[in-house]
Amino acid sequence: MPKDKFVKILSRVVPIKIENIDTDQIIPARFLKATSKDGFGDNLFRDWRYDNQNNPIAAFPLNDKKYAGSILVAGKNFGCGSSREHAAWAIEDYGFRVVVSSFFADIFKNNAMNNGILPVQISDSFLLEIFNEVEKDVNSEIEVDLENQKITIVKTGKSEGFEINSYKKQCLINGYDDVDYLLSQKEAIGKFEKNRGEIFFYK
Amino acid sequence: MGKTLFDKVWDSHVISQIDGGPSVLYIDRQFIHEVTSPQAFTGLEQRGVSLFRPSQTTATADHNIPTIDQHLPIKEQLSAFQVQKLKENCEKNNITYYGLGHENNGIVHVVGPELGYTLPGMTMVCGDSHTSTHGAFGSVAFGVGTSEIEMVFASQCILQPKPKKMKITVDGKLGKGVTSKDVILYILSKLTASGGTGYFIEYAGSAIEALSMEARMTVCNMSIELGARGGIIAPDETTFNYLKGRKYAPQGDAFTKAVAFWKTLKSDSDAIFDTEFTFNASDIEPMLTFGTNPGMGMKISQSIPTLDTIDSAGKETYSKALEYMGFAPGEKLLGKTMDYIFVGSCTNGRIEDLREVASIVKGRKKADNIYMYIVPGSKLVEKQAIAEGLDKIFEAAGIQFRQPGCSSCLAMNEDKVPKGKYCVSTSNRNFEGRQGPGSRTILVSPLTAAAVAITGKITDPREFL
Ligand code: SF4
Repeated sequence: MPKDKFVKILSRVVPIKIENIDTDQIIPARFLKATSKDGFGDNLFRDWRYDNQNNPIAAFPLNDKKYAGSILVAGKNFGCGSSREHAAWAIEDYGFRVVVSSFFADIFKNNAMNNGILPVQISDSFLLEIFNEVEKDVNSEIEVDLENQKITIVKTGKSEGFEINSYKKQCLINGYDDVDYLLSQKEAIGKFEKNRGEIFFYK
Repeated sequence: MGKTLFDKVWDSHVISQIDGGPSVLYIDRQFIHEVTSPQAFTGLEQRGVSLFRPSQTTATADHNIPTIDQHLPIKEQLSAFQVQKLKENCEKNNITYYGLGHENNGIVHVVGPELGYTLPGMTMVCGDSHTSTHGAFGSVAFGVGTSEIEMVFASQCILQPKPKKMKITVDGKLGKGVTSKDVILYILSKLTASGGTGYFIEYAGSAIEALSMEARMTVCNMSIELGARGGIIAPDETTFNYLKGRKYAPQGDAFTKAVAFWKTLKSDSDAIFDTEFTFNASDIEPMLTFGTNPGMGMKISQSIPTLDTIDSAGKETYSKALEYMGFAPGEKLLGKTMDYIFVGSCTNGRIEDLREVASIVKGRKKADNIYMYIVPGSKLVEKQAIAEGLDKIFEAAGIQFRQPGCSSCLAMNEDKVPKGKYCVSTSNRNFEGRQGPGSRTILVSPLTAAAVAITGKITDPREFL
């Protein structure tokens, strides 16, 4: 289904300074029993957010009132492990629109963009700068400009460009959806199937 | 310039290339299971679109099912509903479905190959990251998210950017007691859990060629643990012999013709990879993990790396991982007492894995401090194990032999390891809480798991060989 259009985002950030955050941490397997996409935000980072008596762990950034905003900033290799798209649904459902890291796992990156979340990959040094900035001033804001592919620490004016392929960029900006695109290609797909010839015994 | 095996398979499935964007990639076969598919069916329904090529999708229930009393209705309500939903969705959309108790049921990545669905030269996807397993046959196979499952339902295609290519060569001969699981854990310990991100890996070299099909699947299976989209191994006589006579593989003349085509599936000698690594088989020993990602591994006899060997940005994460595991930097794990042992999963739940465990536990008893269960990867594996009397060997050793499913690999069902307990596991992920909230996982080969079963402590399996 078409998603909300992605415009420029200006927001405070929630920092999680941990590397290799895998999708089992983002949404543990025991919460994958639902058959719809709704409500996963409640269990985002469940086992880091709550202890075994279900009491919030105060020190975890999502529970720490001083942090807020629609930008999540995390250590490198974010979203590794399981391909569960539930991780992207949980992040979106919680209210994040951007995840910033110095490295993303491939499947997570696709899943995020397919759900209107922008993964912004920046250098290790700029990531550290953002972490340091938030440590100094939790109210410091970040601007993510998709059109110009630029991320800026507003207060210091420091910025860095980021990569995104132009097709995906257009999809996010216009709220387009890959399935709609593929449905428009059915004729070409049918032709491809017909012309493949005999060497494919895959029926 | 020559082409790599990966290029050959990928390029022959590209229908078109979007300017500055991904390729429209045709998918020959899709597997689905109960956990990641329901929202894709709903999406399709909301669009009012019907399934484009239902015969090219196959379904099995594996992630969220019990591993005992499978003839009874599933007790846990949400799980029962999820499995029922898969059955209904398959019926409604004309998809072949292997439900609980069906002779073809099992973990999706075990079932595909053993039934001959997985063939060289194919493109395959599944809403599960370990779809990389199927690359052992020379197919381009990778895990996808639910949105992409919906794309395949709607058009038999997905939009994908082409990954870069990496070649990992392992030459030489593996030592006694060193298995393909140790090979991939060794590679992981060298390249880290993100070392393969953005790449598709071709495995080559004499040590890889010498592996059985099942052992090759173990290597390709854990490619995703390197962050790679998938792994691929050129098909050869080992591959063709394995496929011959499999239920859904080509038969008779068609098989002969297929083999002629499959023989063309290899990297050209002048093909260029974006990155290459070479390892020596004789450097590899039985391996285990000590941390909370599969890249945190070492030789069984080694000590856990000390903090000064870790780069500064990673120190915090490293310390957090060791703290979670209850280990200290510099500590040796040999001789450390364990609690649980899980043998199973799409990494090491096949018949050869079970035979390896049996080869050590036969005529012995498991240690009293160990709670151990073996979960076969599929109904066919279960049947074969019983035919060979392996079930009796396990029972006599005090080890439970259960019914097929993913079980403690991801602990969605009841098979959870309690908080703080150590679980020696033949599965693929040692993330925090992967085997149950607070569980501590140590990844090993089936041989090592069997050695630990007998002594109750981390033990080098070569002591038993
Ligand atoms: S056994 Fe584990 S890794 Fe394999 S498909 Fe099941 S959950 Fe995924």
